[in-house]
Amino acid sequence: MVVLTAVATIGGLTFLLASLLILANRRLHVEEDLRIDVVEEMLPHANCGACGYPGCRPFAEALVGGSEAPGKCSVSSPEGLEEIAAYLGVAIGEQVRIIARLACAGGSNVARNRAHYVGAQSCVAASLVAGGGKSCAWGCLGYGDCERVCDFDAIHMDSHGLPVVDSALCTGCGDCVDICPKDLFSLHPEDHRLWVACKNLEQGDVVLASCEVACTACERCVLDAPAGLISMRDNLPVIDYNRAHDTRVPIERCPTGAIVWIDDTAGSVRGAASKKIVRHSALPLAPS
Amino acid sequence: MLRARRQERCFAHGIHPPEAKDDTRDLPIKQFPFAPVMIVPLLQHIGKPALPVVREGQEVARGQVLAEPDGFMSVAMHAPASGVIQRIALAPGISGKMTPAIFLQPFAGSSQEVGEGVPCELASATPAEILLAIQQAGIVGLGGAAFPTHVKLKVPADSRIDTLVINGVECEPYLTTDHRVMIEQQADIFIGIRYLLKVTGAERAIIGVEANKRDVGAALQSALPADLPASVEIVAVKYPQGAEKMLIRALLDREVPSGGLPSDVSVVTVNVATTAEIGRLLPHGRGIQERVITIGGPGIRKKGNYRIPIGTPLRFALEYAGMAERVSRVFLGGPMMGQALSSLDIPITKGTSGFIAFTDAQTAPQPEYPCIHCAYCVDACPLFLNPSQLGLLSKAGEYERMADEYHLMDCFECGACSYVCPAHIPLVQRFRAAKGLVRKRRGSA
Repeated sequence: MVVLTAVATIGGLTFLLASLLILANRRLHVEEDLRIDVVEEMLPHANCGACGYPGCRPFAEALVGGSEAPGKCSVSSPEGLEEIAAYLGVAIGEQVRIIARLACAGGSNVARNRAHYVGAQSCVAASLVAGGGKSCAWGCLGYGDCERVCDFDAIHMDSHGLPVVDSALCTGCGDCVDICPKDLFSLHPEDHRLWVACKNLEQGDVVLASCEVACTACERCVLDAPAGLISMRDNLPVIDYNRAHDTRVPIERCPTGAIVWIDDTAGSVRGAASKKIVRHSALPLAPS
Repeated sequence: MLRARRQERCFAHGIHPPEAKDDTRDLPIKQFPFAPVMIVPLLQHIGKPALPVVREGQEVARGQVLAEPDGFMSVAMHAPASGVIQRIALAPGISGKMTPAIFLQPFAGSSQEVGEGVPCELASATPAEILLAIQQAGIVGLGGAAFPTHVKLKVPADSRIDTLVINGVECEPYLTTDHRVMIEQQADIFIGIRYLLKVTGAERAIIGVEANKRDVGAALQSALPADLPASVEIVAVKYPQGAEKMLIRALLDREVPSGGLPSDVSVVTVNVATTAEIGRLLPHGRGIQERVITIGGPGIRKKGNYRIPIGTPLRFALEYAGMAERVSRVFLGGPMMGQALSSLDIPITKGTSGFIAFTDAQTAPQPEYPCIHCAYCVDACPLFLNPSQLGLLSKAGEYERMADEYHLMDCFECGACSYVCPAHIPLVQRFRAAKGLVRKRRGSA
């Protein structure tokens, strides 16, 4: 008898709860576009946020909803984008690749340190100790926080402790922009190839005491460039990217190579008149 | 030991580093000479930079206003010497950033007399007028934080202050500036307290003095004017006793809530040197253009306490005090919360309570080992945080979790955890980095 009661109770409960679940499933059912799952599957699962959405799923929803074009995803390969566009029956849309650019060229062979830094080997930590050991208050500290934070393996420290962005791998997610304590990274369309690789606001030859590739504010680039393209602000050239900027002329007479041309294969190209860098080893500590 | 602890008021946890004050505690304050060029940064305080009101080539008198406060979170700057303005340009700052500064060349033969301004009369001035006078005098927290004093004294409308705590603890090793001020400027301190009591509306003042300055405490107590509702309390020698939350805990047994201010528990704390400057400057309508600093440490020949013009380049000060051979590190402030420097071209600012030079013998780098959860840091943290766990999270980059679950933002960076860590993990440096990143992310979000 006891056994029967138990079985009946449990059985009854099971039946009751099951019917509740069935009811809930019917009443609370959400109609979702099945294509979202498919499109999300086609996206790169990077969840990097470069498209402006919090992750791949919200971007997939926007794609299916028609408010975005697949081209906005900077991580996906061209084939991947074609696949998504074909599946949804839309055009890929304008694809502007956004890439992180570094506004410093001061590796250890050209930029001096004024002090030895001892402590946690991280740029953020070093910058808290009197700005780090670098002579230039604006320059790259070279402990590689950007390399560590990059999810796409697109940043590598070169032999002089300067990060190099691999433009083929960079997705423009902006993680390096956030982490850099000196704010040296910024996101730019790939065609911004004319580039000022210096942030030092000091004027003239004093900057050369701390860095050989710093901008001395000589204004030759301003004179050589098409009128209005480059202007000087706080002792640094500022390029107006709203004008036609597909010219290498401004870099040619730069004495230090602070304004460069960024080439996908050759890296950053310095002008013909810039002082040759022959040194490979790190510079000694600046005299105090 | 135990008896002594029971007698003296104290907070829980904390550490006891060597005090190292014997070299300079008995040396009277001496006037420091003028440097050939003074560098007066426009931002010496927490807040907005001051706006310069002088131009290049202009001749100024000592004590004249060089820059006016730009809004409420800003204070005035005054000329440290009679001289001529060379230029207004970028100069290296303590943080490592280049900041705008006024370069001033003192006149060699000048008497360097400071003129009288419009006095702020204690009897007739309203609290608001006193606050304005403090801002115009350019006074900031001289203990090291350089927070504008008038902002600190502006009590929120909904809270009432019953106690004014004057912080004469000076728990940082090596520093003896507050010690000397409490011996040599007692009258100024008492006048300053009268101003502060009027501004805050507090009924009484307590001067907190660490037990290693017991004689100073006794002297202050006996010199107290009969009509001043103030008392001197001795607190135990322990680091960081001079942190305002710790001092309030020790003196009044009140706990400032997480993320709160002392005014939440009806208290305002002011550093004793700041109090003395208020008492010294306000009755004459002058501005702060010099401060007392300790120059000490094993790397200094002429150790001492000096009244130094604000804007004196550190290099000049070091040369004057004489550096020993093999100085490898110079710290601004004390060794616990002070700042290691990367350049000697920075000027002494209002927040500089001293500088200390160390040789290689004291600063040999120690290799870092993994955390074994010995919890020495947990026992040291005066705020009952868990530095061990925070350290591991910072290594993993879990900054949000540090802030949300482990109260990272309450950390006031006293460095007790790093001091006791047997594995030499630079905990407090990691926390400072993490706090900066969290603030940056929350600010942009």
